[in-house]
Amino acid sequence: MLRQVEGSKAVADTVAACRPQVICAYPISPQTHIVEGLSQLVKNGSLDGCEFINVESEFAAMSVAIGASATGARTYTATASQGLLYMVEAVYNASGLGLPIVMTVANRAIGAPINIWNDHSDSMSQRDSGWIQLYAETNQEAADLHVQAFKIAEDLSLPVMVCMDGFILTHAYERVDVPERSQVDKFLPPFVPRQVLDPNNPVSIGAMVGPEAFTEVKYMAHMKNQLALEVIPKVARDFQKAFGRSSGGLVRGYKLDGADTVVIALGSILGTIKDVVDEMVAADIAIGVIGIIAFRPFPTDVVRTALSHAKRVIVLEKAFQVGIGGIVIENVRASLRGSSTKDYTVIAGLGGRPITKDSLRQYLNRACVDGVEDLTFLDLDQELADSEILREVW
Amino acid sequence: MSAAPIKFYQVGSFAIGNRLLSPEDRSIQSDPERTNALTSGHRACQGCGEALGARYALDAAMRATDDKIIAVNATGCLEVFSTPYPESSWRIAWLHSLFGNAPAVATGVAAALKAQGKSDIRVIGQGGDGATVDIGFGALSGMFERNDDVLYICYDNEAYMNTGVQRSGATPPAARTATTQAVGENPGNVFGQGKNLPRIAMAHEIPYVATATVADLRDLEAKVIKAMSFRGARYIHVLVPCPLGWGSESCDTIKIARLATQSGLFPVFEAESGEVTSSTPIRHRVKVEEYLKLQIRYSHLFSPNRRDDVIDLLQATADKNISRYNLIPDESGSI
Amino acid sequence: MEKPFAITLSVNSSLANHTGSWRVEKPEYVHRMPPCNNACPAGENIQNWLYIAEDGSYEAAWRALILENPFPAIMGRVCYHPCQSVCNRAELDEAVGINSVERFLGDHAIEKGWSIPPPTVESGFKVLVIGAGPAGLSAAYHLRSMGHSVTVRDATHAPGGMMRYGIPKYRLPREVLDAEINRIKDMGVQFEMNTRVDDVHEALNEGFSAVFLAIGAQLSKRAYIPASEAARILDAIKVLHDVEEGNQPLLGRKVVVYGGGNTAMDVARTAKRLGAEEAIIVYRRTRDKAPANDEEITEALEEGILVKWLSTVKHVDEKSMQIEKMALDADGYPQPTGEFETLEADSLILALGQEVDFSLLGNSADIDTKDGVMPVDSTMMTTHPGIFAGGDMIPAERTVTTGVGHGKKAARNIDAWLRKTVYEKIDNNDLVTYEQLNTWYYTDAPHIVRERLEATRRAKDFSEVVKGLDESNALYEARRCMSCGNCFECDNCFGVCPDNAIIKLGPGKGFEINLDYCKGCGICVSECPSSSIMMVPDK
Repeated sequence: MLRQVEGSKAVADTVAACRPQVICAYPISPQTHIVEGLSQLVKNGSLDGCEFINVESEFAAMSVAIGASATGARTYTATASQGLLYMVEAVYNASGLGLPIVMTVANRAIGAPINIWNDHSDSMSQRDSGWIQLYAETNQEAADLHVQAFKIAEDLSLPVMVCMDGFILTHAYERVDVPERSQVDKFLPPFVPRQVLDPNNPVSIGAMVGPEAFTEVKYMAHMKNQLALEVIPKVARDFQKAFGRSSGGLVRGYKLDGADTVVIALGSILGTIKDVVDEMVAADIAIGVIGIIAFRPFPTDVVRTALSHAKRVIVLEKAFQVGIGGIVIENVRASLRGSSTKDYTVIAGLGGRPITKDSLRQYLNRACVDGVEDLTFLDLDQELADSEILREVW
Repeated sequence: MSAAPIKFYQVGSFAIGNRLLSPEDRSIQSDPERTNALTSGHRACQGCGEALGARYALDAAMRATDDKIIAVNATGCLEVFSTPYPESSWRIAWLHSLFGNAPAVATGVAAALKAQGKSDIRVIGQGGDGATVDIGFGALSGMFERNDDVLYICYDNEAYMNTGVQRSGATPPAARTATTQAVGENPGNVFGQGKNLPRIAMAHEIPYVATATVADLRDLEAKVIKAMSFRGARYIHVLVPCPLGWGSESCDTIKIARLATQSGLFPVFEAESGEVTSSTPIRHRVKVEEYLKLQIRYSHLFSPNRRDDVIDLLQATADKNISRYNLIPDESGSI
Repeated sequence: MEKPFAITLSVNSSLANHTGSWRVEKPEYVHRMPPCNNACPAGENIQNWLYIAEDGSYEAAWRALILENPFPAIMGRVCYHPCQSVCNRAELDEAVGINSVERFLGDHAIEKGWSIPPPTVESGFKVLVIGAGPAGLSAAYHLRSMGHSVTVRDATHAPGGMMRYGIPKYRLPREVLDAEINRIKDMGVQFEMNTRVDDVHEALNEGFSAVFLAIGAQLSKRAYIPASEAARILDAIKVLHDVEEGNQPLLGRKVVVYGGGNTAMDVARTAKRLGAEEAIIVYRRTRDKAPANDEEITEALEEGILVKWLSTVKHVDEKSMQIEKMALDADGYPQPTGEFETLEADSLILALGQEVDFSLLGNSADIDTKDGVMPVDSTMMTTHPGIFAGGDMIPAERTVTTGVGHGKKAARNIDAWLRKTVYEKIDNNDLVTYEQLNTWYYTDAPHIVRERLEATRRAKDFSEVVKGLDESNALYEARRCMSCGNCFECDNCFGVCPDNAIIKLGPGKGFEINLDYCKGCGICVSECPSSSIMMVPDK
């Protein structure tokens, strides 16, 4: 049903439509509105057969999710930022055990310094955790991706993280066609766990595996993750058939035909980027956009194909690897191997700094004529930073 | 001839079995058809108290639930020796996740079962003292506070044995561990304030808290069965001597547990909703020294110089327990 | 269910891992020697019959008992139960009342009329037993059980020997004695009573292949005591014999008994029962040196018998006698003090011990005697081939139970001798000490004291003084047994094994070690209450 609704509420209602059986959460901004919404739905009886557990930490949240999922319950949790880091041990454990948990990450910066605003540092830190990571561009997509996430997770027995920009999406009121339970029921069958804790058919889950088989286990995890490159587009196609709108998939191209320059980004910033690109294309600049929805597994081949005619690639990132530079760019370079395509990284929007169309336009115009450094921090107060570095370090 | 029923048997309730008892009065462990939740072929050290405690407890839980249990295990010896790929020693549905999260995982299992309407299946969380009193303490407290329908069993061997005998929050004062060496002026572990988890559990006013040891099977079985008669969060703290970590003979595991109770160092009691409801009286009281001297971890109290000052402090701890838990009823009145 | 590789495992799969390979020592179930069995002069397997009795299988227990000793009802009354003196339970609380359970089983058997079937196969050998006392009857019983034809000859008119003519009936009612002897008769043992054997060699010529001599020690030892003509001095054995035969001896109002053995106690107590107002025992040493069983002394004192310890009789007159007080010297021996006192007394009964009457040896010198007794070899055979001896006439403690033991041992050796084989006794010297037990597991339970007849009443007649246990008491007492050195299926080993490496074979079958998994930790050994498992090196 099309509603003018807060992103968090849209996600909460969508998750509820997926009939989760166990929801657990620990409060952290900007994720709180989602689980607040869900707790209300459980409490008021509209989410029948669902247990809502208020845990004492994110570590416990993921742990409860692990127990519930291993017992065959469709399980959901949500977190952000410090919370995600606090649960990291369990995050890895969930994927290692192959438990199809769905978790929303309301993307937020990581301290110190403490900062509640949006960037992608949190979820990017978990890119090696073995989880599937999907990034939503809009609240509509955020809602839709949750439906797809359960399907993907349960098809593959792998956990899925749905990343949506904190505040920018979670707290934004937009028109969203919130999936109805009746629609979801047709798309998402009841959870049939691959393995389950059952006294009538007991198994021992979570063995200690030594050097003799650990490599095989990890290789298999990689290959299973790769399977998602097939499953994610298929689920997106099925979703389109069922719901009549396009959502999800691996990547989404925009004005790529004849584009010499391709901008790659994840999440809500794609909207702003597309607006600027529209203006630049109108000014006869051959520029297009690739929005990456599935960052894990990384769709290397799909990106390679999409970039096959590009002369340069600009990756805009809301997180970075201290000491090296961009994160996404590293992944994109795997798609560029052997090509002469130039690449530039622009780190933007850290800790919630607004990415304005003006700044973006200026940067892209320069980049299109190779007038930028390999690595740029957008809107950096260079003078301030330089003087402080001088004071602190030299 | 009088045919009055005979209430006396050659061995009493401390022995595992008694051929003269009616089958319904026999211990679960005496049953040749017992479930052996933890079966043979596990890689626990010789004389492992934890292996014994786990089988005792889980077999009792299986008996109480018609075998319908799911166990969540914290990382530690019990987990490592029971499930090294490719072999598992468990005969129950069992899940190991992490070191510090067993109580929360158990909560998740319980929540899933509730959501699925499977209230007949009961959940047990279990771990060693490190997993329980230290790294998993927050999760345990959360589970208690929410009164989740989980029986958590701590197998307490008073140090991090799996990693090579390092001090935990449950390591007793003066005990030598790899991180509290028997060197310096005050060798062994510090005399801190202690971290008495049974009492902490009681402070949560959960329905049932009990302590037990591997030296008294009947008591342990009765407590597990009683625990399974409650819904909500329950906690049983079982003392399980560790020959490797304590430096004791593998054959003395049960003897040492028994001496721990008979000295008063380990009080055996149960509590409901935060109040102590019973304690197991000491049958043959011994000085703490009898308990200490069988363990190399305390050998520095006896040689090269006898440390009466330290032994006296440990005796004082035992004496305090005796009076606090009324372990010698004639001496200290009723609870 | 699809199980993810390596991370999820099949239950029970560790059974493939045979941890037995870790072991350097292994536990082994053993049968060790309980102190009671070791101390029993009759060689009873006490622990075993107590074990059988514990579940109420009284007939089976009784039948196990009589494999060694055909007289449980008698033993339960007259045996001085050395088994109880060494019982390990005494160190825990009090010794098990073995004797009272034995009596219960014996009385129960009499009440139920349980009999002993005659042997199914006759050996064809004829054996003569001379003397129908405990040793002779025991030998006859065992020999008959082995299929031999047995004849018992005795000079008295009723079988029982000292059990009848020495032990007063307030200690051993005659219907009990008769019942247990009749059972032996019913097995087909021939009794030729009132038949004194004057020459043992003649008997061999009657077609007996072997002879067992057990004539006891019937002659009272004499001591020279100056006495006036009218002094009345009697012999204790004769007094007791006469009482049994119904001939009341004239003892007077005040009787002095001289001696400190059981016979002295018996005769003093008998004198009281015959109407003596006072019975005084005079003994030259102290109570702790007196050969009489302490219980008998106690019972005598309870009945009002007076005892003058450290005293000797110096002179006897018609109505009085002179007593000299003794004092212990530095070595603990009594020495005269020269201090005298006069005791009023009508008679003096001498109870100074007995000697063997060797007159039946005839004029043959080929059976050696030495120091007034007849030495035998380790097979109980005298120096004459085929002639065996036992009981009070050979060098040994003179008790009923010892005699019964001699009879058994002799019977086994006679049987072997007849069949031209050697009886090999399986020695088990692995005695169980208290320290080897894990007594934690035994229920705290003090010994039940058998009810006694009130002292003032009992001294007036010949009613049995010590009462038996009722069934529940007997069962309680049997269950106090700690089964030293022998598994009693408490399941401890089965329960305490951290590796589930004990196999429980079922009731009565015990346990087995599953060596596939036993790591050799030894907890089963430590926690075995009865020390019935031992660690042994594992090859």
